[in-house]
Amino acid sequence: MFHSMQTKTEIGYNSKVEGDVVHTRLDAAINWFRKNSLWPMPMGLACCAIELMAAGASRFDISRFGSEVMRFSPRQSDVMIVAGTVTYKMATAVRRIYDQMAEPKWVIAMGACASTGGMYRSYAVLQGVDRIVPVDVYVSGCPPRPEALLDALIKMQGKVAKEPFMALQKRVA
Amino acid sequence: MSAREFAQQLKTRFGEWISEPKEFRAEITVQLSDAGRIAEICQIAKKEMGFDYLVDISSIDNYGTDPRWTVVYHLYGYGHHCHLRVKTEVSEEQSELPTVTGVWRTADWHEREIYDMMGIRFQGNPDLRRILMWEGYPYFPLRKDFPLAGKPSDVPEVAFTRPAPEEGGPFVTRPGGKDSTAREPRAHELEAEDAAAGAREEKR
Repeated sequence: MFHSMQTKTEIGYNSKVEGDVVHTRLDAAINWFRKNSLWPMPMGLACCAIELMAAGASRFDISRFGSEVMRFSPRQSDVMIVAGTVTYKMATAVRRIYDQMAEPKWVIAMGACASTGGMYRSYAVLQGVDRIVPVDVYVSGCPPRPEALLDALIKMQGKVAKEPFMALQKRVA
Repeated sequence: MSAREFAQQLKTRFGEWISEPKEFRAEITVQLSDAGRIAEICQIAKKEMGFDYLVDISSIDNYGTDPRWTVVYHLYGYGHHCHLRVKTEVSEEQSELPTVTGVWRTADWHEREIYDMMGIRFQGNPDLRRILMWEGYPYFPLRKDFPLAGKPSDVPEVAFTRPAPEEGGPFVTRPGGKDSTAREPRAHELEAEDAAAGAREEKR
C-alpha cells in the first residue's frame, strides 16, 4: 500500500499485510526519519526555559515525540527552541548558534518574548527572534504551558513531513 | 547607637560638608555638598562607625534641573544593624566623582552599572567598563532624555539595536482607546504582509 505524506493516513508498517518490503517515496521516508527525531537545541533565555524543562521531564515527556535528546551543541541539533526574552546583547549569540547548526534546521519561537518581544517594548529587547533567524512555529503564551510546546512540536513534525526534500535536492544540483 | 547618632557624628566631624540628618519613615539621610569628598566620608563611615556593608549605589537623573545627577549611597553595619543613606549631587558638566572601591570592593559593579546606565564616571574605579550593555553602545539608556523605545545603533559582530514599536506601551490602557490586540505592533506587520501577499495572488 502506498501512503503519501499528504494524506491524513498514518504511516505505519505492518509486515503481515505488506510483507518484508516497504514501498514509499524517498521524500516520505527521509522526512519520516527526520520528523521523529528532532533533536532540540534548548535556547533557554528566560522563564519559558522552565516550561521547556518541564516539557522534557517525566510528566509531559517530550520523548513521546522523539525530541528528548536536548543537545547543548548546535552541531548536533535540528530544531532550535528559543525559549525566552532575546535581548540585543544575546541576539548575536543566538544568530551565531543558529549559523552553527547543520542543515536541515528549524526554529520554534516559544512564548510571547521570543515571538514578538512580548511585554518588553524596550531599548534592550529584540522585538521577535524572527528578526534574526527564520522561525517555523510560534507558540503563544507567557510562558506557554508544556502542552503548548508539545503542540508546537507536533506542528513542526507536520511541517517537516511535508518538506519536498527531493525537489529541493534537485534544485540545488 | 542609632543611625541618627551616626549621622550626627558625621555632621560634627565634617561640618558644613554634611547636611542636617533628615528622617523619613525611620530612615536617615544625609546630604554631602561636595561630591569630591565622598570617598573620604565613606572611609570614615566604614572604619570608624562600622558601616561595613555597602548595600547599593544608585543614581537619579534630575533632568532639567541643575545639578543634574544625584548619587545615593546606601550603607549598613552588620555590627550595629543601622542603615544610613548618603546623597550627593554632581553636575552634568562634571559627571564625575571619586570611586569608593577603595572602601568597599563591592562598589566596583555598582559604579559600573551607574556608568553604563547614566554615564556618570567614577574617578579611580579600576575597571570602569559597561556592565549590562556592550562596549561600543553609544547611549546611556536610563537618562531621562533617552526614549523608552530606544535608538538605533550598530556595533558590527557585537550587537545592534532598533527602536521598539511602542503603540502607547504594553501597560497603558485608556478608556475608549484601542484594545491590546489592536495595539499589538507585530499584528499590523502581519496584516500588511497578508495584504501584500493577497495583492501578489491577484496579479497572478
